[in-house]
Amino acid sequence: MNNAAADMTTSQAGSIKPIFARAKNVTVGYPGEIIVEGINFELPQGQAMALIGTNGSGKTTLLKTSVGLIPPLGGDLTVFNTKPGNSARRIAYLGQFHNAGFILPLRALDVVRMGRFPLHGLVGKMNAADNEMVKSAMHTMGIEKQADTPLRFLSGGQQQRVYLAQVLAHHADLLVLDEPTSGLDAAGRELYLHAMNDEMCRGASIIVATHDIQEEAALCQQIMLLAHKVVAFGPPQQVLNSETLLETFGIVIGKDQKRPAVLECAHGHDTEPAIQAKVKGRKFWMR
Amino acid sequence: MNGLITPFTSNPFMMQALVAGILVSIACAVAGTFVIMRGMAFIGDALAHGVLPGIALAFLLGFPGIIGAAIGAVVMIGGVTVITQRSRLSSDTAIGLLFIGMLALGVVIVSRSNSFSGDLTSILFGEIMGIGISAIWIQLAATIVIGITAFICARPFLLLSFDPEQAQVAGFSQKIYHNIMLFMIATTIIVSFQTVGTLLVFGLLIAPAGAGALLARRIRGMMAWAALFGIVSVYTGLLLSYYFNLATGASIILVTTIIFFIVFTIQNAHSRRNNAQGEAAHE
Ligand SMILES: Nc1ncnc2c1ncn2[C@@H]1O[C@H](COP(=O)(O)OP(=O)(O)O)[C@@H](O)[C@H]1O
Ligand SMILES: [Mg+2]
Repeated sequence: MNNAAADMTTSQAGSIKPIFARAKNVTVGYPGEIIVEGINFELPQGQAMALIGTNGSGKTTLLKTSVGLIPPLGGDLTVFNTKPGNSARRIAYLGQFHNAGFILPLRALDVVRMGRFPLHGLVGKMNAADNEMVKSAMHTMGIEKQADTPLRFLSGGQQQRVYLAQVLAHHADLLVLDEPTSGLDAAGRELYLHAMNDEMCRGASIIVATHDIQEEAALCQQIMLLAHKVVAFGPPQQVLNSETLLETFGIVIGKDQKRPAVLECAHGHDTEPAIQAKVKGRKFWMR
Repeated sequence: MNGLITPFTSNPFMMQALVAGILVSIACAVAGTFVIMRGMAFIGDALAHGVLPGIALAFLLGFPGIIGAAIGAVVMIGGVTVITQRSRLSSDTAIGLLFIGMLALGVVIVSRSNSFSGDLTSILFGEIMGIGISAIWIQLAATIVIGITAFICARPFLLLSFDPEQAQVAGFSQKIYHNIMLFMIATTIIVSFQTVGTLLVFGLLIAPAGAGALLARRIRGMMAWAALFGIVSVYTGLLLSYYFNLATGASIILVTTIIFFIVFTIQNAHSRRNNAQGEAAHE
């Protein structure tokens, strides 16, 4: 059934893009406990999908299923045309919770370097290119000055930036992020949004659980509203309306929402100057 | 000054004890670092006590204690694994009971033996002063295996300590590497019990690595500190025991615990001062 044409989609620009993740009538949950059923989506290369819903709505469960940490209870879920959990080299995952009171002797740099482990296996040597990517990821998240600081001496928000830098250092094809902005300050959030945009421009896809229906969700091509079921699925303009939000959250939130801001890709392939510029000044363009 | 060296140069049994102690310190530094990193202190403790009935059985039936220890460790790991898989609640309680049960079983078995008190003392407190050459060779081999295991598995071990799910997603099976780590810890305990005994080997596993964790910024540094503290403890403990006729294993563990609390106190005072300065700077 895996014929190549079935795994391609036509983007707005008309070019053919491979599908990185696909769910057909998938059920997620735990043994003896269905959390969400009837999940359908197709995530093409270079696009992002946001999962939005209250606490306990099933976002984490779906993310863990898509990286292979828990098996799907039913349906057909494929990531890079294979079962979830078979493509470690291509997937970066940021879990929702981290070891609180982390007292271990690990420097921020050591944590970010772990992002490169999947590409080198047990004993494959890390080279200068790896170090460069680690450095640039830390720069992107604005924590290059903390490289030598033990993780335990960093604040919660700084630690979150370190974890995000770890994910970025991987240069993965699919990023699976569970509430990545939790604990980030405004500056951190902005660096993260830019990084997310850059990852997509690079050709990576993203699945992200978020509560940010304004900026973060607006960067995504697809939105899935969850409330122990799929409330709505589609592009942001179509999905984020008062009715669906009422059904998802039980109250109407973000009704008089600003027009979502969008980021654009930096021109060409030399992204370095663009990164420099972005760190200094905000570069949002209104649609 | 001579009094610090001649006991070792003029007594072969002291020299052998020192060599065995150094090997055990290195093995414990490596394994103990991951016990602490991974928060497995409780399982380490359980293992250390769980080997007792195996050793007791070995003494009773006349086969090498080290094989008995290995059997005890396998049973203990099996028990712990089953308990952690089956029960979501209070696996701590069940593991705690399992190891107390094993401890009691060990004492019961030993009490059947004729040379009861001698055997029990040597099992519980070790007999580092009477360590033989063959035991030293076994310890050397084990220390090398432990070192190589830690070196090869450094990445998955690090990821496991950081976040087991991260390890799994990165392509390093949580289950496999957790079991390798358990195996490494068990091996350390099995070859170390002869030096300081089953009752105290846990101290050598935890205290030097714990002090190392307080001082180091990196894993490698933590291991190096742990090895240094372990070796200093063995050396000092042997001398104390030699001159004051004290129980050797207990002296070693006493020194290592004291080192930990000295480091802990200094570190605490230091970080409190730093915090005060940091806050002052922020005002
Ligand atoms: N290990 C588990 N076993 C059984 N149920 C679980 C487990 N983890 C979470 N749940 C349940 O799954 C539901 C969805 O949780 P989760 O996916 O974490 O929600 P969200 O990430 O959207 O806050 C919750 O009702 C929660 O109680
Ligand atoms: Mg969640």
